[in-house]
Amino acid sequence: MTEDGRAPVEDADVCVVGAGPAGALTAYTLASRGYRVVVLEAGERFDRGDDERRMEESLRPAHDAGELWNMETGDGRDAYTSSGERYYPLNAARVKGVGGSTLHWQGMVMRLHEKDFEMETRHGVGRDWPISYDDLQPYYVCAEKEMGVAGGDDNPYAPPRSQPFPLPAFEPSYSDSLFSDACDEVGLEMHSVPNARNPEPYDGRGVCVGYGTCQPVCPSGAKYTADVHVAKAEDEGARVIDRAQVERLETDGEGDAVESAVYTTPSGTYRQDADAFVVACGGVETPRLLLLSRSRDHPDGLANSSGAVGRYFTEHLFVGAGGTVDQPTRQNHIGFITSESHALYDGEDPTPLGTKLEFLNYAGPSPAIEAMNADEWGDALLEDLRGSYGNHVSMGGLVEQVPTEKNWVTLDKTTTDNLGNPVPDVRWSVADREAEAIRAANTVQNDVLGAMDADVGWTVGPEDTGPAYHHMCTTRMGHHDDESVVDHRTKAHDLENLYISSSSVFVTAGAMNPTLSIAALALKTADHIDDDI
Amino acid sequence: MELTRRDALVALGVAGTATGGAYAVSRLEDDDTAEAVVERLSHVAEAVYPSEVDVTHDFLETYVVGRVEERDGYLEGVTDALDSLDSYTRNLRHEGFGDAPPDARDSLLRYMGVDEAEPAPDGTEAERVRYYVVNELQYALYTTPVGGKLVGIENPVGYPGGLNSYRREP
Repeated sequence: MTEDGRAPVEDADVCVVGAGPAGALTAYTLASRGYRVVVLEAGERFDRGDDERRMEESLRPAHDAGELWNMETGDGRDAYTSSGERYYPLNAARVKGVGGSTLHWQGMVMRLHEKDFEMETRHGVGRDWPISYDDLQPYYVCAEKEMGVAGGDDNPYAPPRSQPFPLPAFEPSYSDSLFSDACDEVGLEMHSVPNARNPEPYDGRGVCVGYGTCQPVCPSGAKYTADVHVAKAEDEGARVIDRAQVERLETDGEGDAVESAVYTTPSGTYRQDADAFVVACGGVETPRLLLLSRSRDHPDGLANSSGAVGRYFTEHLFVGAGGTVDQPTRQNHIGFITSESHALYDGEDPTPLGTKLEFLNYAGPSPAIEAMNADEWGDALLEDLRGSYGNHVSMGGLVEQVPTEKNWVTLDKTTTDNLGNPVPDVRWSVADREAEAIRAANTVQNDVLGAMDADVGWTVGPEDTGPAYHHMCTTRMGHHDDESVVDHRTKAHDLENLYISSSSVFVTAGAMNPTLSIAALALKTADHIDDDI
Repeated sequence: MELTRRDALVALGVAGTATGGAYAVSRLEDDDTAEAVVERLSHVAEAVYPSEVDVTHDFLETYVVGRVEERDGYLEGVTDALDSLDSYTRNLRHEGFGDAPPDARDSLLRYMGVDEAEPAPDGTEAERVRYYVVNELQYALYTTPVGGKLVGIENPVGYPGGLNSYRREP
């Protein structure tokens, strides 16, 4: 073993690349079944005892968001380019480290709806998944239990459930009660939100205490983060090596199976051999690693005989509107939402694309942040704060994107990272049909705000929509090896022992935050690996 | 409205914890530099806090003790920033910031450009005063219920105020 403990594990059964939610759950499941598992993580293992400091720095204007979880290493580790029609802010959208992007996520955990698996058959949109909602439902149950999902049975639009949520839903906010009257008036049904945070103690983690900084950091630990399952995997005997950048996967002499992961750490470059490999690096680094792993046997990149690796990069589009009303709305007490609406999700007018609406509890300025950015202080500042806080309302939402070849992740061979490897180039755009769905969502949002007699101050529509930081579909699942990268068991068509555990295997995106589906697929992947090896 | 030692512990994020208990018994008798920081911060607080806030020595002492124990470089940073503020004041008025009349301190900070300075721990003198002095004080006030209630929010961001306030009617 090397001085810093980052040498390979001997006789590993499974090598997992990436310690985000997908890698963590896959590793934990397999380790708990007795397999010798090693996890290679490019980022560091953060000291969660520093979360109070992170919270403060997230509120104080001197500190960039990228500093918080060290996504500005300064050495080019996370360099990327964005050459599509719309700029894609990749490093704001991810965290590299033990826990992955759940370290800074919001923690919303909805299941996809049944239609999401059948968009081609039902609506001629995209491709059908090779699995159905029914196939994934048992894994959703397990994923909710593992993550500790707080939810209610009051959503009439939700897909069928075989088990109740493991935790009760958070009670609706006072702000929700104002929206409720308005939604009644416009005929829009509200309901609770599945949250991956604790309304009561669960799995050794404490209850939410209302810091209000869920995104980017929850100092109480009430919000689920995937380092929970990394620790559980280690308890089951898995070995986790941080600051281990996997540069490529190498195949055996026949090119039929992955033999080793070549990774570089601060102490040197190593080869990790294993019987099976799981790439769990998210929707951008997963295709990048496969493309970086091209060889004589796989000249277009590993697992890429279909040409689909990196193609169909798909996001969720933010849609929102907000303003002020003539009464107190009590915003910014908490940093998460307690009510949403799936009422538009399964409709077809004007498009069949999914739309999810949210009622925000953090509309308008937060006095502490405003005070530290103000040009005033003393009584003048207090007067300004009293004038600006207290009567804002906002709605947010997500609109589904349709996978298209036009949006893709490829290698930018003109730019290299700290190890000399080409960086990912993210090409992203918004299609006309998606703009139409955004406009339709804006109309409903403005109807609700109108019913509240709100003075609408801003709308995020098709022109200024942005990504929700959900990277999907870049190594999609499918029955056929000429149009998809992995099969219905998330094993690469082209290789005997390569699995992908990631939102990159989604076939279509729906409009639900993806992490619960990532977790469910990770548990499913682990089952298949267990069967295979 | 009075800011007490308890409020300082809240601002430090340690109220009710074992560490908070340690801060609660900490004193600065043996640390002249830190005690001087408390005194000098109180002069700035008189300028940048609303007139209805009464800043107690206990509040500032506890906050400074917590910061010194928690953050490497804090004592040096705040001392340097306060020295810069004093030096700037002496050039203008031949007296230190704390010796200037209370009603002149607001103007002195503005002359120095602290009001419009971007806070930066490694920035210009005005930027460091903004970061280590003014924004430290604003953070200590407005992330606590005392500061929040001045504005109408009893559980401001950064304060672990529980799961009742967000549901409460105005």
